[in-house]
Amino acid sequence: MADIIRQPLEQIHGFSRRCLFRVISMGSLPIHMAFIMDGNRRYAKKRGLEDGSGHKAGFSALMSMLQYCYELGIKYVTIYAFSIDNFRRKPEEVQSLMDLMLEKIKSLLDKESIVHGYGIRVYFIGNLALLSDQVRAAAEEVMEATAKNNRVVLLVCVAYNSTDEIVQAVKKSCVNKLVKHSEGRDRDIERIQLVDIEENMQMSVAPDPDILIRSSGETRLSNFLLWQTGNSQLFSPDALWPEIGRRHLVWAILNFQRSHSYLEKKKKQL
Amino acid sequence: MMSLRVPAPSSFNLQRFNEKRWRLGRDCFLSFSPSCVENRTGLIAVRAAKSEMTAFTAAEEETLPEGLQPELMPKHVAVIMDGNGRWAKNQGLQPWDGHRAGVEALREIVELCGKWGIQVLTVFAFSTDNWIRPKIEIDFLLSLFERTLKSELETLAKNNVRISIIGDSSKLPKSLLKVINEVEEVTKNNTRLQLIVAVGYSGKYDVLQACRGIAQRVKDGEIDVEEIDEELIEQELETNVTVFPYPDLLIRTSGELRVSNFLLWQLAYTELFFAQELWPDFGRNGFVEALMSFQQRQRRFGGRKS
Repeated sequence: MADIIRQPLEQIHGFSRRCLFRVISMGSLPIHMAFIMDGNRRYAKKRGLEDGSGHKAGFSALMSMLQYCYELGIKYVTIYAFSIDNFRRKPEEVQSLMDLMLEKIKSLLDKESIVHGYGIRVYFIGNLALLSDQVRAAAEEVMEATAKNNRVVLLVCVAYNSTDEIVQAVKKSCVNKLVKHSEGRDRDIERIQLVDIEENMQMSVAPDPDILIRSSGETRLSNFLLWQTGNSQLFSPDALWPEIGRRHLVWAILNFQRSHSYLEKKKKQL
Repeated sequence: MMSLRVPAPSSFNLQRFNEKRWRLGRDCFLSFSPSCVENRTGLIAVRAAKSEMTAFTAAEEETLPEGLQPELMPKHVAVIMDGNGRWAKNQGLQPWDGHRAGVEALREIVELCGKWGIQVLTVFAFSTDNWIRPKIEIDFLLSLFERTLKSELETLAKNNVRISIIGDSSKLPKSLLKVINEVEEVTKNNTRLQLIVAVGYSGKYDVLQACRGIAQRVKDGEIDVEEIDEELIEQELETNVTVFPYPDLLIRTSGELRVSNFLLWQLAYTELFFAQELWPDFGRNGFVEALMSFQQRQRRFGGRKS
């Protein structure tokens, strides 16, 4: 009996969502959205659930959010899955997060997964050497399996810190310059340019995010994409990550459209 | 930011230009005492200011407004002073009037920082992105900055404020560089408040120049590539002029929800506060609201509050 009611309701729901998205698409859309998925544990506490369930609920919210983004036609989505700072948490929590990540990374290879549904190319960005062999191997397998996909892109930042990313890029730039210098190809080693650092950043596979959304009401970057979000619009809805929904995404995009037209006008004036 | 909202003058009239320069010369944004005025013979004359801006000394610790706790005050506050041009437009005034009002607002905030025990205040005056503005406008702003620094030197020294300028100085006029060096030298031992003014600065520029410094040290054999780490970069950033290079709180006015490439590395864990008011309207109330918001935040730095 419930199914008879539920299925049409879901269809109406999906239809109204697609209508709404079509309306929003009339304005300019962001090319790249980034998310800091904050508040999973607070959600579990609030609902009186056990600790791990907050992260599981967070994963569902993530899948919904990805679906909305790709439906809208947003090409790049970046998520902050696990920070290098998070390794400082209790070992049990770190281990349970790693186990969850391993499970979910492997599930991306399933035929029914969202990856195949939308033709997503997946990148894992971060200091992957800090991960366990299992998780790293799974991540590399997914990257290889999706390397030929080119419709939309998902960048998963794991064992990531923006400052760490910059350090690695600086190291690579120095090494490249040293090599060129010793081969006599580059006279002046001080002439490292912005483009030298940028091309060595792991996130150079995507353009800079247009919008960064951090859930749970905290308004800080927490060492996420510092280099890339210099001109991004920042939103910090109060909703905890598992509570994040379509309305937050729509609100962020509407605001983006408002300031985007103002900025484009200013650019033309200059 | 002082520079972003000034439109290019449509025609260049020398006499009017000089007149306006004189008027803006009164925008002593670093003064704590009654505003100074340059009269025709070039002597500084003190004139009673409309607003009651008093100099502060160590003995005059003002009690914090109700709701603010002294032990939770941020050590380092950074400010993007946005909205002068829009403020002027809303009032039906000219853009330079907006900057004058912005200067008053900055004076108030600097004074409050000194009184409330904030140790470092960094303000975004001129970005590397602003170099694409018309030359006449840039010359105008930089000469204003130069004259203001000159006129404020005595007040700064008296109020125990240390001033530091960060940014790419290679494009700044020689006369301005000379004044900057002088002001930094004279105030370098002051301890009450450090005012860092970012001119020709951006977060990416800072990391780039740090990278260049490190590359040179590697080339000279002083360090090995493998030794490059976060601490090394931190040492090379221009914010190494202070012992608190990382702002605890960043305030941006005028409702814009972005950082606009002001500081980058240093903002890793900074609490961001976006105020709706335009900068000239920000003032004490806005500042208190920002500080109260800051004090209520739970800073975890990636860990957990158990």
